[in-house]
Amino acid sequence: MSYLVKGERGDWEAVVGLEVHAQIVSNAKLFSGAATQFGAAPNTQVSLVDAAMPGMLPVLNGHCVAQAVRTGLGLKAKINTRSVFERKNYFYPDLPHGYQISQYSQPIVGEGAVLLDMADGSTRTIGIERLHMEQDAGKSLHDQDPGRTLIDLNRAGVALMEIVSKPDIRSPEEAGLYLRKLRSILRYLGTCDGNMEEGSMRADVNVSVRKAGEAFRTRCEIKNVNSVRFVMQSIEVEARRQIEVYESGGTVDQETRLFDPGRGETRSMRSKEHAHDYRYFPDPDLLPLKLKPDYVARIKDTLPELPDEKKDRFVRDYGLSPYDAGVLVVDRASADFFETVAKGRDSKLAANWVMGDLFGALNSTGKTIETSPVSAKHLGELIDLIADGTLSGRLAKDVFALMVGEGKAPSLLVDEKGLKQVTDTGAIEAVIDQVMGANADKVAEYRSGKDKLFGFFVGQVMKASQGKANPGLVNDLLKSKLAG
Amino acid sequence: MTALTGLSIAAVRDGLAERDFTALELAREHLRSIEKARHLNAFITETPEIALARAKESDARRAKGKALGPMDGVPIAIKDLFCTASVPTTAGSHILDGFTPTYESTVTAKLKAAGAVMLGKTNMDEFAMGSSNMTSYHGPVKNPWRPEGREKRDKDLVPGGSSGGSAAAVAAGLAPAAIGTDTGGSIRQPASFCGIVGMKPTYGRCSRWGIVAFASSLDQAGPFARSVEDTAILLAAMAGHDPKDSTSAPVAVPDFRAALKKSAKGLKVGIPKEYTMDGMPAAIDALWKRGVAWMQAQGAECREVSLPHTAYALPTYYIVAPAEASSNLARYDGVRFGLRVDEGGTLDEMYAATRGEGFGAEVRRRVLIGTYVLSAGYYDAYYLKAQKVRALIAEDFRKAFEAVDVLLTPTAPSAAFAIGDKMDDPVAMYLNDVFTVPASLAGLPAISLPAGLDADGLPLGLHLIAKPFDEETLFRAAAALEEACSFDAHPPGFGGSP
Repeated sequence: MSYLVKGERGDWEAVVGLEVHAQIVSNAKLFSGAATQFGAAPNTQVSLVDAAMPGMLPVLNGHCVAQAVRTGLGLKAKINTRSVFERKNYFYPDLPHGYQISQYSQPIVGEGAVLLDMADGSTRTIGIERLHMEQDAGKSLHDQDPGRTLIDLNRAGVALMEIVSKPDIRSPEEAGLYLRKLRSILRYLGTCDGNMEEGSMRADVNVSVRKAGEAFRTRCEIKNVNSVRFVMQSIEVEARRQIEVYESGGTVDQETRLFDPGRGETRSMRSKEHAHDYRYFPDPDLLPLKLKPDYVARIKDTLPELPDEKKDRFVRDYGLSPYDAGVLVVDRASADFFETVAKGRDSKLAANWVMGDLFGALNSTGKTIETSPVSAKHLGELIDLIADGTLSGRLAKDVFALMVGEGKAPSLLVDEKGLKQVTDTGAIEAVIDQVMGANADKVAEYRSGKDKLFGFFVGQVMKASQGKANPGLVNDLLKSKLAG
Repeated sequence: MTALTGLSIAAVRDGLAERDFTALELAREHLRSIEKARHLNAFITETPEIALARAKESDARRAKGKALGPMDGVPIAIKDLFCTASVPTTAGSHILDGFTPTYESTVTAKLKAAGAVMLGKTNMDEFAMGSSNMTSYHGPVKNPWRPEGREKRDKDLVPGGSSGGSAAAVAAGLAPAAIGTDTGGSIRQPASFCGIVGMKPTYGRCSRWGIVAFASSLDQAGPFARSVEDTAILLAAMAGHDPKDSTSAPVAVPDFRAALKKSAKGLKVGIPKEYTMDGMPAAIDALWKRGVAWMQAQGAECREVSLPHTAYALPTYYIVAPAEASSNLARYDGVRFGLRVDEGGTLDEMYAATRGEGFGAEVRRRVLIGTYVLSAGYYDAYYLKAQKVRALIAEDFRKAFEAVDVLLTPTAPSAAFAIGDKMDDPVAMYLNDVFTVPASLAGLPAISLPAGLDADGLPLGLHLIAKPFDEETLFRAAAALEEACSFDAHPPGFGGSP
């Protein structure tokens, strides 16, 4: 599990903390009634408040507060019943107010935890430091006009949650697992859609390295990384860079860096000396946010079963391995699909079909569980056809392939294509007799002790029956007939 | 003043009701007086078309028997800090050149809905930062009052600030009433300098939505008029909870005028001993003492109270207000509206050129102070400490109000001074607000009313402060004081009741 980077002089450990910016699922922005539709024409999702027109005032969107509390509860975190919005002051054209409204010293959510499901079935806990609400900035478009920068304020004021982990992550893989798990929890909760390609989730990655047992060394922050893969890559290259700096006798400066996936490197953005002085202070336009305990309790009552609990239940009730259960619960739709298939059936068989054949087919056809050509009901029927002997395992695979292509019920396909398994011993014996007759030399060889030829006869019989013969019966009947 | 321009709101209401005159006649008469008094520079934008149109609408309503209330048909002047739809709004600044809001502030929208007739937008200190109206990009306002005595006669006086245009307009009879905003004294001090009544409601009583922000935790809209009753009528039309302003209080608006009728008998009036200042003009001290006697004559009990942190109020204010202002004014960056000075350089150069040219010296000074006190390494020593002191000041008042109902103090430490004075000494200028700032920091309602003249014949105000959301007691005490001091002086040349 431990990830050590080999340096010229010994092994180094990466120390990573992630700040994830997750867009809150909400029809309106954090402090204005403006809409938040993704992909809308520039500057069409902008209210007077978002554009910071003189005299305009922010009004907190209660739905976004409920979403933040919900997320905090989903992260098993402390909900702070008093939190404060502050202004983070800096000038930039896509920041119309000249400040971002954010939470600073008193966030709405305190410490929590995320469990990572490791490949060996174990779990590892990554601490959550805090979650706070803030508004997004607009977008500066530098490539639309040769001489000017254009501003799109559609995103300005959109509600974000910044979820800050403790520096508990020790490898690129753990960072990937953390992000996927966090995304899974947010999607279960319905508080963030987790679409990194649409910018609904992005991460600032804090990386330092150290030798085993050392205290933390200086960290660098890689800003705005927008895919799980890039987060993992950026940790790897940044850790390597820092090790090289240390091993060549240098020191790492605390600074903000950018990850360039094309060149596979991080570059300095601004050093600490040029860091902004954001002059945070409580926003006098907004009162401190106070939550009543029964408000928090009411939200808690509406939480769905979350991935960790679902996983435990799948292990307990369906006898799945922790790893398999972990894979199935990543998203709610897969978990629900599995449960529909497994209900009243052999749950391990159901898990194998869902995780093996179905996920494979979805992968190769570029579909998702929501758009799956094979419904859970149909997959369940297929398993029933195996159980009642209508289909052999092999025939079932053929039927499944047809289901993927045609989307029909398996019973219908069995009838249409005549794929029903042959269990009539007389019919199978006739085929065996025919095969033995055609291969008299091989029969003689077998009978003189060349046992290995048994497989050859099975293959020939199955081929002759177009795969429909019941493999068990074929085995039994062949054995007795060959024995003479 | 003419027959129609000297009327109170109450008299206007009665005259309109009796069909003695129409709202249109009233508007025309006031527009004429505004035109004649342009040398005062009280207005930045006159809106005669709007005034005449609204007056006609008012008359039409009345003809149908559907008159709205006491403000229907009453002409008013609006401080140019309130955003008014399709009327340029400057905040007295160069940086808002060309800015015409598409929206109407909550307070002016309420007044419009009550039938009030907007005459125009009044001059003011830039972004409401000033006590003299000298910082306006549109030039200083002249106080209609002039000192008696030959040598002084040629000197024009300031009307106070920042709502100087509104105060001068009401004092000169250009409008029976006006609205302003008060952050540290910006209604009360000009009311005192111009010999009229000016009132700052409790923080949260009026919506701040659509008012160009100076210091958000202090800014509050309020009325100017020539009587306590008129300010009560006007405030009733301005006040009320607004869901668009998170700091506006969800409390009902009481019947302020009913409170005026209550006698001051048994009212407990506190005299804060810390408000006695070294070097305060004798006339002000004497007026304050007379104020005590007047209140006693009206049946009130006066007693000394202590507000121990008073001395720290002004320095606290000059940390908190600039801190908030430095952030509130960051949006004036030349990117989306108003002035842009772009000489083809970098983004930072555009910002610097726009803000350097667009903001006047006083605004630049306060933005710098505010930026400094919020900076890393100074925040705790200045901003955080100021917030703590602010809490102590509010606590002083809370304790004092356990023993008394209202506090009586002078409004300002001097009468109006000459245009140009104190401009080279910002601290001397800031001292204008020494008596008004503590109530602002505590968010308390306060009123200034004209109570006497100094040796030069210039008006001086007395100042009453009440508990949060107890405007009724404030008006009750103010009505009693107004009756007792029976101030009826008028600025020479604008004088006299009809």
